[in-house]
Amino acid sequence: MKTYTPDTEVDFVVIGSGAAGGIMAKQLSTAGFSVVVLEQGGWGKFGRDWEYTKDELVNGNPAPADRLMSDPSRQRNTFRRTEKEKAGPGTHAYGCVVGGGTVTYGGSSWRHLPWEFNEKTHVGAVAGTGLEDWPITYDELEPYYVQAEWEMGISGLRVDSPFVAPMSKDYPVPPVPLKASGALFEVAAKKLGLTVVPGPLAIITQPYMGRTGCVNCGMCSGFGCHVGARSSSAATVLPRAVATGNCEIRPYSYVREIPVDKKGRVTGATYFDADKREHFQKAKAVVLSANGSESARLLLLSKSPKFPDGLANSSGVVGKYLMTGNGAGANALFEHELNDFKGVISGAGIVDYVPSDPKRGFYGGGRLTARGFDTPISYGLNGLSPGSPRWGAGYKKALREEANHKMNISCFVTQLPLETNRVDLDPDVKDEWGLPAMRITSQSHPDDLKNAEFFTQKSVEILEAAGAKKVWASPVRDSRGGAHNRGTCRMGNDAKTSVVDKYHRAHDVPNLYVVDGSNFVTGGRNHPTLTIQALAFRAAEHLVRAAKKGDLQSRA
Amino acid sequence: MATGGKSRRAFLTESASGIGAAWLAANWQAIVEAQEFVRTAAASGQPQQFAFFTPEQAAEVEALTAEIIPSDGTPGAREAHVVAFIDRALVTFERSAQEDYRKGLDELAAATKKLSPSASHFSALSADDKIKLLTSIEKTPFFELVRVHTITGFFADPVHGGNHGRVGWALVGWDDSLEHVPPFGYYDALPRTRG
Repeated sequence: MKTYTPDTEVDFVVIGSGAAGGIMAKQLSTAGFSVVVLEQGGWGKFGRDWEYTKDELVNGNPAPADRLMSDPSRQRNTFRRTEKEKAGPGTHAYGCVVGGGTVTYGGSSWRHLPWEFNEKTHVGAVAGTGLEDWPITYDELEPYYVQAEWEMGISGLRVDSPFVAPMSKDYPVPPVPLKASGALFEVAAKKLGLTVVPGPLAIITQPYMGRTGCVNCGMCSGFGCHVGARSSSAATVLPRAVATGNCEIRPYSYVREIPVDKKGRVTGATYFDADKREHFQKAKAVVLSANGSESARLLLLSKSPKFPDGLANSSGVVGKYLMTGNGAGANALFEHELNDFKGVISGAGIVDYVPSDPKRGFYGGGRLTARGFDTPISYGLNGLSPGSPRWGAGYKKALREEANHKMNISCFVTQLPLETNRVDLDPDVKDEWGLPAMRITSQSHPDDLKNAEFFTQKSVEILEAAGAKKVWASPVRDSRGGAHNRGTCRMGNDAKTSVVDKYHRAHDVPNLYVVDGSNFVTGGRNHPTLTIQALAFRAAEHLVRAAKKGDLQSRA
Repeated sequence: MATGGKSRRAFLTESASGIGAAWLAANWQAIVEAQEFVRTAAASGQPQQFAFFTPEQAAEVEALTAEIIPSDGTPGAREAHVVAFIDRALVTFERSAQEDYRKGLDELAAATKKLSPSASHFSALSADDKIKLLTSIEKTPFFELVRVHTITGFFADPVHGGNHGRVGWALVGWDDSLEHVPPFGYYDALPRTRG
C-alpha cells in the first residue's frame, strides 16, 4: 500500500471509510489523485475475510483489534428527548472499522423512489417540520444507483411496481433465496392483495468481480462475512483504491478537527493515532464521510475565528434535522419449521405501504421485511415468546418447541426531519480522547409514532394471514439513535438553510465536501445505504471534474 | 448484591444479542485464556479440575444450572458441562463476578437451611424443594447471574467449555455447518403459491 507522511500535502483526505468514504477514496484515487483515508476504527479482517469469527460469544465481545462497532464507553455520547432535559448516557453506536458499517450491516439496498426526492411537493408540507424537497431528482441520481449496484455488487430482482423504484438496468446478480419467512409473506400477500419483492441486498449470490457467493451461513448481520460475499466497502472499493497505488488507508486515526487557513479554506485534518499522539495530515481538500452523526459533530468541533459556530455552519443548520431511524414490527410462531436462521437476515419485503397515504390521517410510510434471525445465545436469552418460563422444565420445553418456528417482521419507516432533533456537543461529558461527547436530542413527530403503530398493526395482520399460531408485537418505542443517522448536514440550493450544495460542497468552504447520510434532506424509508452510495458516486464524479479544472481553488 | 453484577449481566445480555457490546478490553484476552484453559484441560485427559470452585461449590452450581436447564429425557445444563463454562469464565472474562458467586452460594446455603434444616446442601434437596427454593429467589440478582451464565454456556461454542457435545445446539436444532442450501424450512419447500 502506498503511504504518505502527514506533512506531505496530498490531494484529498477522506475522513471515514464506510459506505461513502470507501467509494470516494476509490473514485478519487482511480482518477489519479493522492488520497489518505483516516479511519478511526481498526483494520478488522481487511483482506483476510476468512478470519471473521462465527463464534457468537467472541463476536459479541471482541478484542480491541477486532472491534467492528464503536464503543459507547469510549466514543461516549449522551441522549435526551428535548432541550429541556439534561442529557443522560447514550447508547449510540455505529460501524467503526475499515469499511465502516458496511462490514456488518444486513445489506438492505433499496433505492429511494422518485417521489422520495420531492416529498414536500408530492404529499404536501407537514406543518412544523423540515420536510423539504431535495435539490436533486431521482433521474439525476438514477445512473449512480446503477453504478453503485454494479460496482458494489447488489443482488436482487428488477420488478415493475408502483411501490418500487424504476431501474434502467437489472441487478448484476440474482436475489438471495426466498427463505421460509418470504414464502409465508407470499401466502399472506396473496390473501391480502399485497406485493412481495425479494430484498435487494449487498450480498452477492454467485461469483462476482473476484468474490464468491453467499453460502447462507446464517451468522450474518452483526458478524463479518467470512467468505467475503457481503459487498462491504472493505471487500469492494477499498481494495481497488489501494490497488491504484495512490491511496493510503490509515486506521486508528481519530480526527478531532478540520482546521482552516486565514482565507477560510480547510488545510487537512488533525487526528490522534492509536497511542493518542496528535498528527496533522496536510491536504488540498477534505472529504468528510464520518457518518450521519459524526460528520456533524466534527464540523461543530472545528471552531475557528472565521467559523465560531463550527466549520461550514454559517447557516446554523449543522447537526439539525437529525433522523435517527424508527422501526416497528411483530413476531409469530408457525406450526412447521422455518429454519430462518439459515441465510441472510432479511430475504423479502412487502412494499405496498411505502407511499404516504393521506387517508391514514398522518404522514408516513415504510417497508415490512421478513426475518427469523436468531443466533443460539441470543435465542436462549431473549428469543422466546412473551410469557414463556425463564428457567426450568417449562423453559426448556419452550426452547425446543419454538426453535426455528419463529418469524419476525421488521418494518423500516419514515421519520420526519425536525429542526429540534439534532447532534451537538455535550457541555459536560468528554469522550475517551478528551473531546466534547456527542449529544443527541431526538423526539419523533407524532405522525412518526402513529405511522409506527400503523406498521405494527399491519405486521400483525400479515402474520395472522400467513397462518401464525401465535402473534405478538412490542409497543411502539421512539428511537434513541443507531446506525441509520441522517440529515445533520442537509444538502440544498440555499446557503442559509442547508450545509452543502447539490454536489456536496460545503456552501461556506470551497475545498470541503461532506458526503454521507448526513446530506439526506428527507430520510426515505430508513433504508439509507444504497442512496448514500449513489450520492457518493455522483459526488465523486463532480469532485474529480472540479479538481481537474482547478475549481477547488476558487470561490473562497 | 454488588451493583457490579448487574452491569456485567447487562453487558453479557447485550453482547449476546449482538447489540453494541461494551466489555472492557481485558475481557477478550480473558476469553482467549479461557479457550486455552479448556483445550489444555481436554488434552490432559485428567478428570475435570475446577479453577475457581471448590468441588463442593461446583456441585452446588451444577445443581443450580441443572434446575435452569434440566435433563428431562434430553441433555440439559449438567450434560453440557455448563458448570465448567462458568468456572472458566470466573477465572478469566468474568473474574469480577467471583465475589457475587461466593456471596450468592452462602445465601443459597442459608436459604437451604431455612427451607429444610436437615439438608446439608442445596444439591441434596429433593427435586420439589429445589424448585420451591429457586422460585423464592428467582428475582434475585444472583439467580439472574447464574441464569444468564447457564444459558450462555449452554449455547456458546463448545470451545468455551460448555455446550459439551453440542447438546445445546441439538436441543434447538441449530445447525453449525455454516453452509446451507435452500429450501431451508417447511414453507419455502412447498410449491410456490405466488399468484
